[in-house]
Amino acid sequence: MWQRLGLSRTEVDPLAAWRAVAPATGPFLGVEGLGKAFGPVQALDQVSLEIPRGVFAALLGPSGCGKTTLLRILAGLETPDTGRVLLDGRPLHTLPAHQRPVNTVFQSYALFPHLSVFENIAFGLRARGLPEDQLRERVADGLALVHLEEQSARLPHQLSGGQKQRVALARALVNEPLLLLLDEPLSALDARLRAEMQLELRQLQQRLGTTFLLVTHDQAEAMSVADLLFVMEEGRIAQSGAPAEVYEKPRTRFVAQFLGSANLIEARRNGQAQGVDTALGPLTLRQPPPWEAGTLAIRPERIEVCNQAPGLNGIAATVSDWVYRGDHCEVMVEPGSLRLRTAPSPHLARGQSLWLHLPPQHLEALHG
Amino acid sequence: MDEPLVWQGRLTARRRLMREAWSCAGGGLLWLTLFLVLPSLLVGGMAFAGRDPYGQVVWDFTLENFRRLAGFGALGWSPAYFYILVRSLWLALVVTLFSVGLAYPLAFFMAGLGPRRRALALALVAIPLCTNLIIRTYAWELLLSPQLPPARLAAWLGLIAPGEALYPGALGVYLGMISYSLPFAVLPLYTNVERLNWSQVEAARDLYAPGWQVFARVILPQTLPGLSAAVVLTFVPTLGIFAIADRLGGATFMLVGNAIQQQFSASRDYPFGAALSLVLILLTLAGLLLYRRHQRETALL
Repeated sequence: MWQRLGLSRTEVDPLAAWRAVAPATGPFLGVEGLGKAFGPVQALDQVSLEIPRGVFAALLGPSGCGKTTLLRILAGLETPDTGRVLLDGRPLHTLPAHQRPVNTVFQSYALFPHLSVFENIAFGLRARGLPEDQLRERVADGLALVHLEEQSARLPHQLSGGQKQRVALARALVNEPLLLLLDEPLSALDARLRAEMQLELRQLQQRLGTTFLLVTHDQAEAMSVADLLFVMEEGRIAQSGAPAEVYEKPRTRFVAQFLGSANLIEARRNGQAQGVDTALGPLTLRQPPPWEAGTLAIRPERIEVCNQAPGLNGIAATVSDWVYRGDHCEVMVEPGSLRLRTAPSPHLARGQSLWLHLPPQHLEALHG
Repeated sequence: MDEPLVWQGRLTARRRLMREAWSCAGGGLLWLTLFLVLPSLLVGGMAFAGRDPYGQVVWDFTLENFRRLAGFGALGWSPAYFYILVRSLWLALVVTLFSVGLAYPLAFFMAGLGPRRRALALALVAIPLCTNLIIRTYAWELLLSPQLPPARLAAWLGLIAPGEALYPGALGVYLGMISYSLPFAVLPLYTNVERLNWSQVEAARDLYAPGWQVFARVILPQTLPGLSAAVVLTFVPTLGIFAIADRLGGATFMLVGNAIQQQFSASRDYPFGAALSLVLILLTLAGLLLYRRHQRETALL
């Protein structure tokens, strides 16, 4: 149609137009000082982040932390009050949603109920004026990508939840966007299917090399798929980094507790360079804490159980309760109501005495 | 002996099931038979009957009524009834177009209001439905009377002579008809629009669709059920209604509804009235059938 109107490919197709310009230097995706308020609620507060090309990034946070707002601003469905978004070094926030080289997988899938699976997947390609033969080829590839070749003629209401999810994914991916946004895409699926789709998403991302940005409140999901993690709290980025780094070295109390579980120990400096006093007794850290009085965090699986008193950071404790989990035991001990993990052992009993070792390299002094 | 059978998880027998079915549906069927099927048969039969000089129905079989309808009267051929039919169809079409065209944006506007204002808007749309049609028609007569601004404006523009009213005539009938059928167009459209899933609009925008495509490819297809209900609910009543044209149309603007009413009152020609009614019913049915076939082609939800 557009050829007949004498228009060129790049005049009709926002993606082609974007690709026709060489990327400028700088990060692939840069978010700078983004702010957004809904009435009295500050959904985003001076959010800045950078995502390199080809990375699987995840925005993790509890509901209401602003992660969906950030995603919607990237998609162009919301306008920021302050700040800007750069993609390939060029401003993205000034473009309307339909001209951004970005596609979204919506939480509710938002499939078009009056269109078949084929037409749903073809929607973006048609809007971009792709010729019919190329379009058929691309949609067929998209169907194959998510293993839905058989369902091509079905309507959305004839599909299962997992299949709808795949259509939504294919509908976004056939466009070959520069950035794929995923808004809690797996939250409507049951646990087994969710685990399966997580693996599939991860493999898909690695195969295509497209930059993915996943929004989720599920820390296990974020850690299992992402290369790069942004933990959000009340409209700010609380911490970012590789999942293992964020998990092992939480900077704040919020991150320590939101990502997995952590034992929090109130502590105060005791005159020695790396020493603190706590309710459990004196402990030694790997480096001096950044405060006079503050909180320490240690992961349950990092607390060691010993047969005799360890030389450093040893604590005499008694078992107050324990739960057998099959592959491990979860043990609650006093003092300090510490939680720890041990190998699955049937020999534990309430009131049993244990020696615990809190290794200095796993004791994190939190900043807030 | 009646065979026992299991139906919807219940052990029962065919005869018993039939008895239950009749007791449930019987009332409705009886009602339909008495007030729809029998009168329709009566109209269908009477259309082929004749009448004596005093207006009594003579039960013989004749095509005389249809000959008259086609214009072959005692005074030679005249297409008067043909005109009336075409005018009625045209009027119904235009009124439907205007009503649905006005109701469509109104439905979106109402669906976008807050809950309290929305209730108010719905009440404003529904109030005319609770008012007698004749009263509403008189209200239009008042509004279009020579002393009021609309008529004065028209006179000042030279469209009508000074001191004249804006009715009787086509304008009055169109205004009356559109205002009458507007609520019937708004209500089904509003229920449809209110249930629209706006996240699909966002999805369409995300998938490179500019505004007009979002409307044509996502919103319009999903409001087709409401649109077709609105079309049927305005077209069919508009085709048959006579009170509005009677008051606002005057002698020169006769519609098929008025023509029928005349046969059953002033003219005392029941068979001819029945023939007119039959043609009207068949035209309406044909229109609906055409419409439904078209609907199926556009592959609705």
